[in-house]
Amino acid sequence: MAEMSMIQALNDALDVMLTRDPDVLIFGEDVGYFGGVFRVTDNLQARHGVTRCFDTPISEGGIVATAIGMGAYGLRPVVEIQFADYILPAFDQLVSEAARLRYRSNGDFWAPITVRSPYGGGIFGGQTHSQSPEALFAHVTGLKTVIPSNPYDAKGLLIASIECDDPVIFLEPKRIYNGPFDGHHDQQLKSWAGHPAAEVPEGYYSVPLGKAATLREGREVTVLAYGTMVHVAQAAIAETGIDAELIDLRSIVPLDIEAITESVRKTGRCLIVHEASRFAGFGAELSALVQERCFYHLKSPIERLGGWDTPYPHAFEWDYFPGPARVAKALRRCMEEPA
Amino acid sequence: MGDDGKLQLYIPAPTTRPGDRPDFSHIHIPPAGLVARPEPLTDHDAMRELPFQLVRVLDDSGAAVGPWAPEIAPETLLAGLRAMLLTRVFDERLFRAQRQGKTSFYMKSTGEEAIAVAQALVAGAGDMSFPTYRYLGWLMARNYPLDALVNQIFSNAKDPLQGRQLPILYSAREYGFYSLSGNLGSRYGHAVGWAMASAYRGDDKIAIGHVGDGTTAEGDFHEALTFASVYRAPVILCVTNNQWAISSFSGLAGADSTTFASKAIGYGLPGLLVDGNDFLAVWAATQWAAERARRNGGATLIEFFTYRASGHSTSDDPSKYRPVDEAEHWPLGDPIERLRQHLNLTGHWDDARHEALLAELDQTVREAVKQGEAIGTLGHGKPHLGEMFEGVFKEPDWRILEQRRELGI
Repeated sequence: MAEMSMIQALNDALDVMLTRDPDVLIFGEDVGYFGGVFRVTDNLQARHGVTRCFDTPISEGGIVATAIGMGAYGLRPVVEIQFADYILPAFDQLVSEAARLRYRSNGDFWAPITVRSPYGGGIFGGQTHSQSPEALFAHVTGLKTVIPSNPYDAKGLLIASIECDDPVIFLEPKRIYNGPFDGHHDQQLKSWAGHPAAEVPEGYYSVPLGKAATLREGREVTVLAYGTMVHVAQAAIAETGIDAELIDLRSIVPLDIEAITESVRKTGRCLIVHEASRFAGFGAELSALVQERCFYHLKSPIERLGGWDTPYPHAFEWDYFPGPARVAKALRRCMEEPA
Repeated sequence: MGDDGKLQLYIPAPTTRPGDRPDFSHIHIPPAGLVARPEPLTDHDAMRELPFQLVRVLDDSGAAVGPWAPEIAPETLLAGLRAMLLTRVFDERLFRAQRQGKTSFYMKSTGEEAIAVAQALVAGAGDMSFPTYRYLGWLMARNYPLDALVNQIFSNAKDPLQGRQLPILYSAREYGFYSLSGNLGSRYGHAVGWAMASAYRGDDKIAIGHVGDGTTAEGDFHEALTFASVYRAPVILCVTNNQWAISSFSGLAGADSTTFASKAIGYGLPGLLVDGNDFLAVWAATQWAAERARRNGGATLIEFFTYRASGHSTSDDPSKYRPVDEAEHWPLGDPIERLRQHLNLTGHWDDARHEALLAELDQTVREAVKQGEAIGTLGHGKPHLGEMFEGVFKEPDWRILEQRRELGI
């Protein structure tokens, strides 16, 4: 065991996989010599050599296309898109190629690639360094979308993603790279030090894709969250004193539908929170699934909280971000008795 | 161009339209055999004229002339002729099958057969082509089963792709034929990645990527060339310039301003401009680029200059946008006739054998179509419905399983 930040845990996962599997290689913008703008690939080139971890042209479409070709050959490329906001030039490659290759070729070719990308807000990155595009990928049949919320999961899920024979979009909530940010932006920042999930085993282990984690058991309401919002929800639950069950989805595709339905059938209430703007966000799918599967157990309307339906606004970061006060308000709405 | 102080928006247009006399006078066709053949590892800087000089081997008499004339065993040339003819016969028959309602869609390679066939025969068994939809000749040259092609086109129970893909968008890994898609250019970068993977592993395989003239305008084209150049990937990147992208003439992709081969210069790569209707020139250029790639000399861009003698697909009528007899006036002739002429001239072929071969191939294709019809044509004798849900992921998740159950399978 070693105490690690999420960045260190991700770096460790990559290091472990580079060591274990000669078919794993890493590339992306600034990931080689420099070690990545967030340092996730720090030292990997020095340790494993330039052909295992190297820099690329500023060409997200080219990066993903190259990865798919390598994957078709038999390698397991792990590529970094520097910010999830920049993934859109690669969208055609992900949607039309990576996601469809196995299906359309009847298993002749497939794309065992992992596309890592820091996403989400809370760093004053404005609209080009803050977005949460997970719903775009969740909608694409053939892609898996994974979002860790702590160092332990980050390492285990990244290893599982690299080993996965399907293309995985691995979204890293960059606001919690260095500490479990709970949305209280005006309070002193916490590091991962001392957090139970910062205790990371050395060497190889994996966390299976499609298994949610119940972080807090509760009887009154189920909260579905992922990424940074897990920590925001945790704070809001503590502050309201509501006996909520908090589920960290960990991957949205595949989705742990059993954990969700089991919990909501037990609590009879459901709050869904994500950073992404609300309309047609992934919360819409979650809300529909809960309604379809738990309707007769529901005691109050499903609550769905997200960013406002605006582009990510620089100066209004904390007005946009669904912080603990808004989560708490939504929790209380869940608990309201019908008039 | 005016100079009256007002800007003018320029919209390019082809020289001729329906009703006009076909006119290719703007295309300069040099005599065969004139272009010098540098040693394949020559620095790209020393070959900057090459992308503007049309490499031709077969002269008007059918003789192979000049420094690019390759050494090819006669039986290989005959195999090439056979594969080109088979492609054409198959195309004619299956195009008609679409008209008869046996399939939804078809696209012919007519006039472009030399490119795929010569490349299939000159490339190594482990090399991978990343084809366009006019690359059937590769499969024909590598003896892919005709029955499997027909079954794919008919989307029947024996379709190798199990009814999941549009007709003719084949995939045949064992034959060095990468999965086709209807999105243009999106596999060009895969060819580069595949080639880089071969280099990463220290293997000796190379990749051959393909796009058409129209697709050179896509970002994928430029991204792939950038990666190919930056990482010196062992890949041959080809542009089949067949003059037409559905109804858009090649000028809309920039052909009025420069050659597609010359795009290589900006990437620091060698560019070859090759008569795509000349089997021997296609062979020689591919062999040159393959040698360069295999010796760690990196990528080459090759423009195959040809003409799309058929419509784009079963869904368009070319007489609506170009002179109906334009193909007959194409100055570089027909690839099959030109190789046939060469083989006749060298005494390895004659008209009687040609006619006999045609009849044999026609019969072979008829039989393949017949077996396909017996299994099923579009909408009949389909693959098992469960196939619709297979291969989305390696293992299905609960959505797939629930939806299968909903359909009762």
